[in-house]
Amino acid sequence: MVLDNCELETTVFERPDTLTGANTHYCPGCTHGIANRLIAEVIDEMGMREKTIGVASVGCSVFIYNYLNMDFVQAPHGRAPAMATGVKRVLPDRMVFTYQGDGDLASIGMTEIVHAAARGENITVFFLNNTNYGMTGGQMAPTTMPGQKTTSSQNGRDVETQGYPIRVSEMFSKLDGASYIVRRSLHDPKNIRMAKKAIRMAFETQVRGLGFSMVELLSICPTNWGMTPKTSIQWLEERMIPYYPLGDYKVHPALAEIKL
Amino acid sequence: MSRELMKGNEAVAEAAVRAGVVSYFGYPITPQTELLEYMSRRMPELGRAFVQAESELGAINMVYGAACTGHRTMTSSSSPGVSLMLEGVSYIAGTELPMVLVNVMRGGPGLGNIAPAQSDYNQMVHGGGHGDYRCIVLAPCSVQESIDLTVLAFDLADKYRSIVVLLTDGSIGQMMEACELPPMQPLKTKFADWAVQGAEGRERRFLTSINLDPAAQEEMNYRLLKRWVEVEANEVRYQEYFMEDAEYVVTGFGSSARIALSAVRAARAEGIKVGLIRPITLSPFPKQVYANLSDKVKGMLVVEMNAGQMLEDVMAANRYRIPTEFFARLGGVVPFPDEVLEEIHRMVETPIPTDSHPRDRWFARVMAKG
Repeated sequence: MVLDNCELETTVFERPDTLTGANTHYCPGCTHGIANRLIAEVIDEMGMREKTIGVASVGCSVFIYNYLNMDFVQAPHGRAPAMATGVKRVLPDRMVFTYQGDGDLASIGMTEIVHAAARGENITVFFLNNTNYGMTGGQMAPTTMPGQKTTSSQNGRDVETQGYPIRVSEMFSKLDGASYIVRRSLHDPKNIRMAKKAIRMAFETQVRGLGFSMVELLSICPTNWGMTPKTSIQWLEERMIPYYPLGDYKVHPALAEIKL
Repeated sequence: MSRELMKGNEAVAEAAVRAGVVSYFGYPITPQTELLEYMSRRMPELGRAFVQAESELGAINMVYGAACTGHRTMTSSSSPGVSLMLEGVSYIAGTELPMVLVNVMRGGPGLGNIAPAQSDYNQMVHGGGHGDYRCIVLAPCSVQESIDLTVLAFDLADKYRSIVVLLTDGSIGQMMEACELPPMQPLKTKFADWAVQGAEGRERRFLTSINLDPAAQEEMNYRLLKRWVEVEANEVRYQEYFMEDAEYVVTGFGSSARIALSAVRAARAEGIKVGLIRPITLSPFPKQVYANLSDKVKGMLVVEMNAGQMLEDVMAANRYRIPTEFFARLGGVVPFPDEVLEEIHRMVETPIPTDSHPRDRWFARVMAKG
């Protein structure tokens, strides 16, 4: 029998220690869960779970502290980079990261994030860009695409009156204090693997004391986009990636030697 | 210990250093800036954390993060800057974290000016940020007392997991006086069981002010209130001057108390039996001392550099029993002792009406003067 040759007791897939196993509040098809898991896997692989402090933000990212098994603090809307600065300056040997959506990071918290990057604050930022305010039901965000319909741009974002989206990674790549700024996407296995490598590189940037690191992760929001997960992924590929090109926007030369 | 001549703001900074503050986060604003500048030199010299933040919002949230680690932390600002910080203040209160906030008050509202004022009393004592919380508020009236209360502020913050505000003003912050600094304290090495420092060999911890279940939030509010009851029972501080045989009482806090004291001394020299009560803790407010005033007290004069913010607390504390008058200068104008003495004379010489509000009578006099 074929089964006779199988090692049935060999574990081939398990939950990372860094995930608590709690059921998430994320909607079906949402890529937040993938991002949470990738961060957990990387922290496991680095053996840093007990030395990491997470800073949760406001939005769908707010409950990440329920899902990652480590010390966490919870910031006011947009202020996670400032709070992370406070934690990191007092505990410089700890790995400190924020997990923020586009409303939190690119709108209300733009000041805090820009200055954390400009200071070269030795923290890591995971920036989930799903082009809308997910938690409050899909309003227009700074990253909402021109023409994109949201609950607060119901005829599609009109750039004449509602302005243009902000390309955060491109903008931060111009700051001297930033050491690792990349954009990845969570829409297919290949890109998910690339995202995981970027998450590792971002943490390595911090562990090496090289300064500010950020991984922007293009994400889908099927519920608020009013699409199926499958259509959402197509929309991300066809509409978001051309506007928000994937790639390395700034990589500190000292990171070149790291092979993952 | 040798005595030194120090500026109020710098004395507070050095006192905080000696009380074991591990991190300072601030933003420049007059008349507080010397504190930030002093810290920018002193903290790195000791290997401690200093960040000039991008804004007061940034500063208070850096403090929020630092406070989560259980290490001593602080910020300082002046009125408009403190308004910006109140978001973080509410979150810090909601997360039950210790921190010290120094507010060197200036004239307002709005951008106002950079002269000394006391118009943030309500903001600091009765809230400011959203939600049901209290801060301990300490009001020094000299450079020496600023030092002493800074050290006390850190101890009280740790003891009650509370925000402690040192409420000074542009005058106390800027004046130079002879003072004595406390000895350098060793830094904290033992931390509370809530401190977030990485889950090394223990269960994970998280600190948040979010509580989606109203019943759980109510429990949390009860816990805050229970702690506040303890603070009210144990931490009331005030100072009395010439009160043994006083038939008249002058009261005020910080700079206005100091100015009023000169007037009280002058009145005593004239043979007027007048004393002074100076609350040191504005919150918890020394209600009892006003409630217990004997019926022999014929009148009370409240002196402030705001439009009667503490006045309401004083009147409520003695249950509107003692006939009260009010005197103030506003907008950054500091009263002269002679002006207060004139008010003492008025109080002694004319019967105090009890059918109108002291603020209304004072304001009518101001308007009548033109």
